[in-house]
Amino acid sequence: MTLPPVLTVDHVKKVYVTGDRSVEAVRDLHFEVATGELVCVVGPSGAGKTTLLRCIAGLMDVTSGEVRLEGSAISGPPRGMAVVFQEYGRSLFPWMTVRRNVELPLKEKKVPRERRAALVDEALATVGLDHVHDAYPWQLSGGMQQRVAIARAVAYEPQILLMDEPFAAVDAQTRADLEDLIRRLWSRLGVTVLFVTHDIDEAVYLGERVLVLSNSPTVVLEDVPIDLPADRDQLATRALPRFAELRAHVYGLVQQAKRGVRAVPADSGAAASHSTAHTTPHSAHRERKSL
Amino acid sequence: MRAPWRRGLVGVGVFVALLEVVPRTGLVDPGYLPTAGTIAGALGEQLSREAFWSALLDTLRGWSIGLGIAVVAGVAAGIVIGVVPALRAFTASTVEFLRPIPSVALIPLAVLMFGTSMQSTLVLIVYASFWQVLVQVLDGVRDVDPVTQETARSYGFAVPTRIRVVVWPAALPNVITGIRLAATVALVLAITGELVIGSPGLGRQIALAQSAGAVEAMYGLVVVAGLLGVAVNLSIRAAERRLLRWHVSVRRENAV
Amino acid sequence: MRFIRSIATATVLPVLLVAAWWFTSLGSDDFFWPPLRDILTEVPSTWFEGRLGADVAPSLLRLSAGYSLALAIGISAGLAIGLSAPLRQYCEPVFEFLRSIPPPVLVPIIMLFAGIGDSMKIVVIAFGCVWPILLNSVEGARSIDEVLHDTARVYGLGPAARFRHLLLRGASPHIVTGARQALSIAIILVVISEMFAASNGLGFTIVQFQRSFAIPQMWSGILLLGAIGVILALVFKLVENRVLAWYFGLRRKQ
Repeated sequence: MTLPPVLTVDHVKKVYVTGDRSVEAVRDLHFEVATGELVCVVGPSGAGKTTLLRCIAGLMDVTSGEVRLEGSAISGPPRGMAVVFQEYGRSLFPWMTVRRNVELPLKEKKVPRERRAALVDEALATVGLDHVHDAYPWQLSGGMQQRVAIARAVAYEPQILLMDEPFAAVDAQTRADLEDLIRRLWSRLGVTVLFVTHDIDEAVYLGERVLVLSNSPTVVLEDVPIDLPADRDQLATRALPRFAELRAHVYGLVQQAKRGVRAVPADSGAAASHSTAHTTPHSAHRERKSL
Repeated sequence: MRAPWRRGLVGVGVFVALLEVVPRTGLVDPGYLPTAGTIAGALGEQLSREAFWSALLDTLRGWSIGLGIAVVAGVAAGIVIGVVPALRAFTASTVEFLRPIPSVALIPLAVLMFGTSMQSTLVLIVYASFWQVLVQVLDGVRDVDPVTQETARSYGFAVPTRIRVVVWPAALPNVITGIRLAATVALVLAITGELVIGSPGLGRQIALAQSAGAVEAMYGLVVVAGLLGVAVNLSIRAAERRLLRWHVSVRRENAV
Repeated sequence: MRFIRSIATATVLPVLLVAAWWFTSLGSDDFFWPPLRDILTEVPSTWFEGRLGADVAPSLLRLSAGYSLALAIGISAGLAIGLSAPLRQYCEPVFEFLRSIPPPVLVPIIMLFAGIGDSMKIVVIAFGCVWPILLNSVEGARSIDEVLHDTARVYGLGPAARFRHLLLRGASPHIVTGARQALSIAIILVVISEMFAASNGLGFTIVQFQRSFAIPQMWSGILLLGAIGVILALVFKLVENRVLAWYFGLRRKQ
């Protein structure tokens, strides 16, 4: 795939300043997401995943560097982006029906009424919620609520869909269903997805690429291509030896990240050695203190 | 924690400064709205008068007696009605009906019965604050953990014991919320009654100042009434926090 | 069957109370406590022959004008202040003081500015009612979930949509609480301001009856005032149930 990048995260740095104290959360993040890609971002807890996502979504200003959507730098949430938050129960408007929740952003985009209705119907059908248009979100189970949030994002027809640990709060069975839903949406609608998670299995199962983040202050530790067959299946795919290899590789990277490693040699290919990285104990120690 | 406190002080400063500047510039007729300085002067003048202090005392007396009666009656009625399910069912509609009757509707009746004495105002105070306490106590008794209730019953506790060890502790936060609400309402009605009926107290002083055309004194007394309200509110909230520090449901109540 | 029983449960005590009043007062020759029968027979001639339009209507108009004004100002100012933490901190003590002033003492003050006409009464009602609405709106705006704010930003909701769909609805449970408190203050203030200075209105008329010792008429006025209070509370409850249907549902779910 040599399509132009839809999203460019260009040497982004984020320093939180409160009073006279400053904490460097993100040091230097640099990566691109090409049109139609499904990229997972994984990292240990405290890797600044949420910070990164908020910067990309335009909810937070970056300290230096820039985020570009289709080549133009963003300041504030751009039009062509939709976000699915982890807290499904808190990101749907509880005073609106499912249908109105999905429809509201389209109204704001001034999508004509008929087109709007079609988009909402289609989106809700795609996520398997044909029958609950007039229910309120809180009448639905957690997994269904997250489906509504996904439908809202899909109906918005974004150039890129950001997902912030969307399945962290649902039970395992629902989670598997929702993972397959994302794969289906991606292959059928061709939407570009950036999927943030702390779950290594999920990242490898879903992604075409997995970006492993270091500990905070964050850099990209490694960009791991996932060469699994496009048709993924919860049982078959997870049983593949290649899946186990990739999983072990990413797992190793995350373990390194936890120890404070923030660079691996450029030539370390997928599933290759992971002991060559040099640790910087001094900086790791300092950062732990500052957080 | 320090910044909000300082900002509040700045806010008060700006408010007082506006009160000083606006009448001076003639934006508002100083005859209608005296400057902050003039009001403070009139307030100081009031403080040196015996009539003011006895009026303040009268108001506080009416407030505390009325509140006391309302709390005792409200708590007693609330527990009796709350503990007996049948009573609760039969009184619910009556409570819902009587509660929204505006207390001021009773003013003419009170005047006929008690003239301009303190009792007239007491009627208003008791009527209005009684409902605040009653409704809170009823809510509190209803929220008593059913498991605890069952346990107490299965151990064969007598009704008075059950009220003392199960119902009362569980309803206490609501009782105190009720007292807080009732205290505010009682103060409003104490001053209102004095103002309208003419029973002795701060309210009557305000009415007297008004009819004498003593605008500055009137403003001074209104400020006192406001400060009294703030004082009542703050002290009751402080007492509430102290009393209920141990109680889990305080956090829940505050969150609502 | 259960419906009939709950109706019966609800009506039995009121009926008993009214009956008790009726029968105990039947032979009353106490001047101040006339028989309920006399009071009720006074109701049509006292209120339905002109006074409903001449006195009750003006009172209700003043009430709704002042109350609506307080709603408009209280909600918009409260939501704006609630969105900004510094602004809230600047305003808090001043509001705490203004709210603590017993609203009826505003009557003599506002009479200075606005005379004794309708505008005085409307301003008194608005000024007295605005604080519970405003302070609860501040709380309401504060209580709105951050994630919802983020969602609104991400999906490009403009200021108007954010006000209507996020702020107003999100703060509505708090706003309703404030509006309920304000409604009872409004009734008190309309009556008090009319008792003070007016040539018509419910408060004025009831005090006139009292001063001229027209006791059964005065009693009928008290009953009417009580009925208005009850009816307004009922209407409020209906509106609340509609506006907050989602909220009650959500609460039951939790």
